[in-house]
Amino acid sequence: MTNNPVISVKNLVKKFGSFTANDDLSFEVYEGEIFGFLGANGAGKTTAIRILSGLSEPTSGEVIVAGYNAKKQPEQIKKNIGYMCQKFSLYPDLTVKENIMLYGGIYGMKKALIKERTDLLLDRLNFREYGDRMIAVLPLGLKQKLAFSVAVFHEPRIVFLDEPTGGVDPITRRQFWEMIYETAGRGITIFVTTHYMDEAEYCDRISIMSEGKIVALDTPADLKRQYNAASVEEVFVKIARPKDLIPPAPFSRREKGE
Amino acid sequence: MKRFLGFVKKEFLHIFRDIRTLIILFGIPVIQILLFGFVVSTDLKNAQVAFLDLSGDEMTQKISDKICSSGFFMRSETLLSYNDIDKVLRKNKIKAVIVFEKNFGRKLISEGKAAISIITDGSEPNMATLITNYVTAIITDFNRELAGTQAAGTFLVQPEVRMFYNPSLKSHFMFVPGVITLIMILICALMTSVTITREKEFGTMEVLLVSPLKPVQIILGKVMPYFLLSFINVIMILMLSWLVFGLPVKGSLVLLLAESMLYILMSLSLGILISTVSKTMQQAIFISFVGMMLPTILLSGFIFPIENMPDGYGWVAALMPPKYFIIIIKNIMIKGTGFLYVWKETLVLTVMTTAFIWLSIRKFKIRLQ
Repeated sequence: MTNNPVISVKNLVKKFGSFTANDDLSFEVYEGEIFGFLGANGAGKTTAIRILSGLSEPTSGEVIVAGYNAKKQPEQIKKNIGYMCQKFSLYPDLTVKENIMLYGGIYGMKKALIKERTDLLLDRLNFREYGDRMIAVLPLGLKQKLAFSVAVFHEPRIVFLDEPTGGVDPITRRQFWEMIYETAGRGITIFVTTHYMDEAEYCDRISIMSEGKIVALDTPADLKRQYNAASVEEVFVKIARPKDLIPPAPFSRREKGE
Repeated sequence: MKRFLGFVKKEFLHIFRDIRTLIILFGIPVIQILLFGFVVSTDLKNAQVAFLDLSGDEMTQKISDKICSSGFFMRSETLLSYNDIDKVLRKNKIKAVIVFEKNFGRKLISEGKAAISIITDGSEPNMATLITNYVTAIITDFNRELAGTQAAGTFLVQPEVRMFYNPSLKSHFMFVPGVITLIMILICALMTSVTITREKEFGTMEVLLVSPLKPVQIILGKVMPYFLLSFINVIMILMLSWLVFGLPVKGSLVLLLAESMLYILMSLSLGILISTVSKTMQQAIFISFVGMMLPTILLSGFIFPIENMPDGYGWVAALMPPKYFIIIIKNIMIKGTGFLYVWKETLVLTVMTTAFIWLSIRKFKIRLQ
């Protein structure tokens, strides 16, 4: 990780009609950093990611991603990022190699280079025997790892992971995070949203969004100290949920009979 | 360009690996053509008729022989009384009963006229009309022969009917253009809307949109294979209808293929439009089937002539793209007319295609905002 900002957001505002989805966001993400992007559903995370990845235009503010302006050069941004969304994103009716060939080709990689890197990748994942199998027959854990590998296959500067570990067993999640660390070690910046608060602890820094605003941004350790909390989960609950939304403690039936 | 080609190749892989897609693309057209051509035939062939001959003379014999030797009818029963008529018609095997009055032959010679009744099963109105027309024609013919041999000197107007473009009134002539029209809009619109919504449902659309591929390339890449395959399909159907039904293309084949391309393009853009408004594959399938197949069959003039529809329906029919293609394809295939006769319909289709594409792009952009 360096102090070289690869994402720089200043006063980002995104409005849909009268609704403000992103309200004056400002933050920086550094090269090789694992940046956690947390927030309750509807807090504005997805809108922000769409803007950062060049899919949607900001209403106002300055957004620079991988050195390019999100408003003026979204096409340049797209070439320099990778993306993996919560839904599984490889084609089930294509083989592992065909999927890699497709995405590599879309990112403008040469065929020979794709082949060379595919071999390396399959070796590294112990995937060699799966190369010519359809994605559909692979177990979910393998698919997820493969989806991540494909998202960074073209060596992007930043990879956006939108809830990458949804529905995956704890062991695979662990291996998945090892892959994330290894990738960050190569200098690729990881921008990850998650619902698992234990995963938030693995990030270098986390930001917490609520109602369109970033309400906290620091390292997990500093946040826990500031909010006097034992875990990121506690911090999250204290910040991101308006108090009147917290349901009353459930009525325990056990007390009666047992 | 290289990115784009890889993407197109992937779409072909999807198509060729999915047996259901292949069946819909190539199986259904063949089955439809054969089905409509052979089964849904409205030609009269060997319809069973019964005779109630109350006269039983030479003249009635001649007439009934003439009817039965025409190839359209088959003598099945000879009835003895009026009471039998209802009985045989109820059995559903006999389509019509022909009744000669008493002393038919003598009356015809002495008075110059005699009565035949044609009793048909009105529960099948189309068949009944057809039978009445055919029998009447045969009897008129008989009249003429009679006049020619016996009552020389009487002037009889002899109408000579000729069916232009389709001399023997074969129903394939009507169905083949109709089936091409129906299948093309169904397959193109259905397949494109499903293939695009599938990417949405699987989440791969997000990844594609974030990639350096431009939205236009994504849509084109998805649609291009279907365009090619649909075009092959048209050629296949034309070959099939020529080989099996002997239906030739009278006009210019090049013009026909060019118009087919336009129509396929229209259907594909309609499919894209459907995909922009539907979130799931089921939705897309539902809209394509209910929103397109039924109106195409009912309102395009495929089976029911638009001229006979009440005013309101005619207006709705005018909004159906297939209506125009049916006119074009019938003109070229059956009448053999050139572009001068179908330019208006071509223009309408072009305008519709442009409108669908424009609407889809707008919808697509709004989604991306």
